[in-house]
Amino acid sequence: MTRARINQLEVEVPEGTSILDAARKVQVNIPTLCKHKDLLPTAACGLCIVRNQGSNKLIRACCTPLENNMQITTHDREIVEVRRSTLELILSNHPQACLTCGRNGECELQARAADFNIPLEAIKRYVKDVPADRSTGSIILEFQKCIKCGRCIQVCQEVQNVWALSFLDRGINTRMAPAGDITLAESPCVKCGQCSAHCPTGAIVENDETPLVWEALHDPEKICVVQIAPSVRVTVGEAFGLPPGANLTRKLYAALRRLGFRAVFDTNFSADLTIVEEASEFIQRFVHRRGALPLITSCCPSWTDFMEKRHYDFIDNFSTAKSPQQMLGVLAKTYYAQKLGLDPAKMFVVSIMPCTAKKYELSRTEEMYASSFKDVDVALTTRELARMLKQSGIDFLNLADGKADSMLGDYSGAGTIFGVTGGVMEAALRTACFYATGKKLESLELDSVRGLEGVKEGTVMVDGTAVRVAVAHGLANVEQVLDRVRAARKNGQEPPYHFIEVMACPGGCIGGGGQPYGVDNERRKLRIAGLYQDDRDATVRYSHENPEVVRVYEDFLGKPLGPRAHELLHTQYTARPLYKR
Amino acid sequence: MNALTPADLEAIARTPVVDPPEWVRVQLDTGGIAAGAELVYGALAAARTERQLSFALLRAGSVGYSFADPVIEVQDAGMPRVLYGRMNAAVASHLIDEHLLAHRLLDDHIIATRQRGTSLDTAVTHVLVRDTSGEGSRTESLQSAFNAELKRQDLGDRVQVVRALDVGIYEQGAVVQLLPGAVTYANIQEADIALIVRESIAGGRVLENLRWQTPDRQKRIVLRHCGEVDPDSLDDYLRRAAGYQALRRALFEFTPEQVIAEMKTAALRGRGGAGFPTALKWQLTRAQPAPQRYVICNGDEGDPGAFMDRSVLESDPHVVLEGMLIAAYAMGASRGYFYIRAEYPKAVERIERAIGQARERGLLGDNILGRGFAFDAKVRLGAGAFVCGEETALIASIEGRRGSPTPRPPYPSVRGLWGMPTAINNVETLASVPPILRHGGAWFAGHGTPTSRGTKVFAVTGKVRNAQLVEVPMGTTLRQIITDVCGGVADGRELKAVQTGGPSGGVIPVQHLDTPVSYETLQELGSIMGSGGMLVMDKTDSMVDVAKFYLRFCVDESCGKCAPCRIGGYQLLQILERISRGRGSASDVAQIRRICLAMQRASLCGLGQTAPNPVLSTLRYFNDEYKAFIEGGPAYVRKISRTAAPAAKSADEARRVPAAGETASGLLAAKS
Repeated sequence: MTRARINQLEVEVPEGTSILDAARKVQVNIPTLCKHKDLLPTAACGLCIVRNQGSNKLIRACCTPLENNMQITTHDREIVEVRRSTLELILSNHPQACLTCGRNGECELQARAADFNIPLEAIKRYVKDVPADRSTGSIILEFQKCIKCGRCIQVCQEVQNVWALSFLDRGINTRMAPAGDITLAESPCVKCGQCSAHCPTGAIVENDETPLVWEALHDPEKICVVQIAPSVRVTVGEAFGLPPGANLTRKLYAALRRLGFRAVFDTNFSADLTIVEEASEFIQRFVHRRGALPLITSCCPSWTDFMEKRHYDFIDNFSTAKSPQQMLGVLAKTYYAQKLGLDPAKMFVVSIMPCTAKKYELSRTEEMYASSFKDVDVALTTRELARMLKQSGIDFLNLADGKADSMLGDYSGAGTIFGVTGGVMEAALRTACFYATGKKLESLELDSVRGLEGVKEGTVMVDGTAVRVAVAHGLANVEQVLDRVRAARKNGQEPPYHFIEVMACPGGCIGGGGQPYGVDNERRKLRIAGLYQDDRDATVRYSHENPEVVRVYEDFLGKPLGPRAHELLHTQYTARPLYKR
Repeated sequence: MNALTPADLEAIARTPVVDPPEWVRVQLDTGGIAAGAELVYGALAAARTERQLSFALLRAGSVGYSFADPVIEVQDAGMPRVLYGRMNAAVASHLIDEHLLAHRLLDDHIIATRQRGTSLDTAVTHVLVRDTSGEGSRTESLQSAFNAELKRQDLGDRVQVVRALDVGIYEQGAVVQLLPGAVTYANIQEADIALIVRESIAGGRVLENLRWQTPDRQKRIVLRHCGEVDPDSLDDYLRRAAGYQALRRALFEFTPEQVIAEMKTAALRGRGGAGFPTALKWQLTRAQPAPQRYVICNGDEGDPGAFMDRSVLESDPHVVLEGMLIAAYAMGASRGYFYIRAEYPKAVERIERAIGQARERGLLGDNILGRGFAFDAKVRLGAGAFVCGEETALIASIEGRRGSPTPRPPYPSVRGLWGMPTAINNVETLASVPPILRHGGAWFAGHGTPTSRGTKVFAVTGKVRNAQLVEVPMGTTLRQIITDVCGGVADGRELKAVQTGGPSGGVIPVQHLDTPVSYETLQELGSIMGSGGMLVMDKTDSMVDVAKFYLRFCVDESCGKCAPCRIGGYQLLQILERISRGRGSASDVAQIRRICLAMQRASLCGLGQTAPNPVLSTLRYFNDEYKAFIEGGPAYVRKISRTAAPAAKSADEARRVPAAGETASGLLAAKS
């Protein structure tokens, strides 16, 4: 332990704790714009300077570990003056277009400027005219608003191992941009949106498609239906001041109906459907030895994009089952439309997703048009939904609970945990075990695949046979899992795993790039707890027992992996190498 | 080739160097080559072949007299050894006829030795003459007067009177140097000539009242073999420069701890600018448990006007390598990197050749000198950014990443290159190590001041008469360096200020020129030691322009990582531009000070922290010039651009400095 004093206050923290974190222990907040709780310090902004007694240099609290007997002053006349000047400098290089910015009201720079009450043009403004990059349709890079904190680059390179973003140029011309000065769409970007989730300003935002949805809702010809992803229910409350993890499923149903959607579905339903298909695939490969092992989950579009670009030697291992978003979309425009006698051409399917990559998934391949129409018309992020609810004047938190529409609305506890890392694996094993043995798992909850550890491994006994599984989240963690498989493959050994789950975002979808701002591990844990609670509260906890899932097979799809299921619910992958291996 | 053994080295040490009786040595460093040294070498080589002459044609680096490039040294049997400057191919062939064949020295090219002889035991054969007032217009009449007097006393056949290009003494009237004894007289009057001829030349008696007694200010420790050894030859280094004797001594007579102790006694401080004690750096690196440690030689010299490191690397590469080997032995490192800026191809070529030769002779490898010490070194080219001289950025650059600084701690001595303990030492620092090991730490510490021991190399440029490399003991005053060694300001103009420390340093006005140079004193004056760039300015130079020039350099070279440096520097430059266009306002100075403070206190690395120094020091000493721009407005700007073109010219001159290739380093307070 390290003992020191901060502003005369005794503080004791584990060795290696930064001065910034130590100060929080004694209720001292040192301002910073670049340090993110979960990321390594980049030391870029210069706001967190503090003084150690006896030294006339100011040190950065974010990256300097507290040492024994330090006497730290976090605020004195000079420190505050330097902080203010630095903030003035940062603002002098920023468009200050707060009122029309995607981060208006939620911006860390705006908050600091407010704290310090910086006058307009304290220092003459200089902002280079650089057009925004809108090339991906998922994420918009507003370069002018970037303060070069480096968080996005660290996330993109270190956490996600994607290396789409980097710093270009130097001095005042330094900018965050796709490496090589290409467009983001041409870059290795997988649209995960973690950059936007970690950006302190409005420099990286989701492509706001709420106008398209408003237009459809106001169009009397259109039949608008909507689906909400598993994780959205435990995060949307944050945009309305609720703590992370608060489950608002029923309020969301009610609110969406009030917004004007003719039918409100739940992506949890199609998550169950995905499990039935995927578990069947697994049984086919694991029990009947037809197809490559390990089976790898594919419901995360950033992951499939990453795989097609960087790990295409695993195409055969990928589950061909579509993601829940796409399964629901296609069933809405076929099954549901037929049952209700609706014209699918007039249907407008909106999905509320935690994710910026889901926007990309809508037109990923031609299989995304399996209904003969675009199966899902618009994917909105949680943040966009919150904005729509606020615009609509609906008193969201005080609404009476609503219900989802039947046919595509019921869900099991297995479906709801799709939104957390390990959840797909757990849900799939529940059903696969039943398919293999006709019996249920001894222990329903698989602790070995839960939690925020980057790679989780486990062995599940299915009727006396060990099923080896691995779960990775945060794309940087994928490599080591795949490399183990590659090594075994090369040596002609049995694969180290039978089943691998990958979610691109740390924590899974609850930490998705489209979720309310301010994500860190503390929040991730609370959001995860909310979804596991939803599972425990569910009466049905096996996907294959979801009565509406049972019915859709009976009435419409036939058998899992059957011809119709194959036609509507499955997809394929193409190698799209960016770099030669 | 066989690996060298300690016995080989001892044998070499006992064998005296035997040079051929006649030789010409051409100084082939970048500065010399740019001035035409290769053409001179070519002309000499061609003449030698065509005319079947027997003199040996040797190569060396630079002795440091940049003002006289290309420089050659000539040894002819029965003649005093002399340096010739401002050579070209035509002069070279003339030199063969005159000097090597007719045995007569050439007029107007000789750079007199700085040694001041005290006896005339050997008969005088040559008299160098130079009028050291101003541009030396009376030199020819001085020569005639001597010739006439010699003839009168019947010595005309025995003694040649030669007009020197430079005698290393300035503004001391007529100066003569009597060769070969090098007894030097200054301030001689017409009446003295007859006396000198009679007493000294004919009689062999020294005239003490005329003798120039001021010793040469220079003390060459780092540069001692520059311009003398062949930088392309390990053998030459071994024989002529007692090469690798210090390494042998370290390996066989010292434990690593004892090497560090010796360095502690020497009290050598980092010559890259910040002055961190070298022994402590090695000790910290050694103390860090690790499977591998690295030593890096920082050769990313980048200050405008500085060329100390380039010159050492080009002129005596093996001494730097030997220094690195000793450092590696002391701290237990087994790998080394020379990080040399890519704009120094000659330095890179020579250090690479030195590494290859050392490897061939077992001075690098698994079992160096049979002592079980393993070390190897590689060259990495600088990534073309000034900030890559900052140690954490340098490490990032070697690792193949963008050269941006990272926060310290962890310091490189704890976690450096590839995560391993790493010591980064500047070229000059490493070049100081072998002499310390050979002559002892106490000997080294005997030079300099109590807090700044030893010597320091400076690259003196700008409005100085003789731009050159200078190595002086710490504690020498700025005035002594500029006036005594480099001849003061050119064209008889008045000295105004000296800029030290490059863009990280500051401007020191003429009233402080008697300050003895040390890390502390320069800092107190608002500048820094830096790596050794020293830019001399005269009264025609505008200090606002000077501040703008250095600031613009830092703005261009900022890596852009941290906000205070990236935006602060840019905004500061905008304000200075505004002021120098006559558009400044009274509040601008306060704004400048605020931004400077933010940059100094909140920038991540030395570049940003020190970038305001040129601005603040010019504000401190030349506030009137800022005031004149602000209060005089556009009218004042029109006035000075109309009446005194010098202001505009001085800005051009200042910009010209780095373009001339005489780039300097000094970097950052954070640089090793």
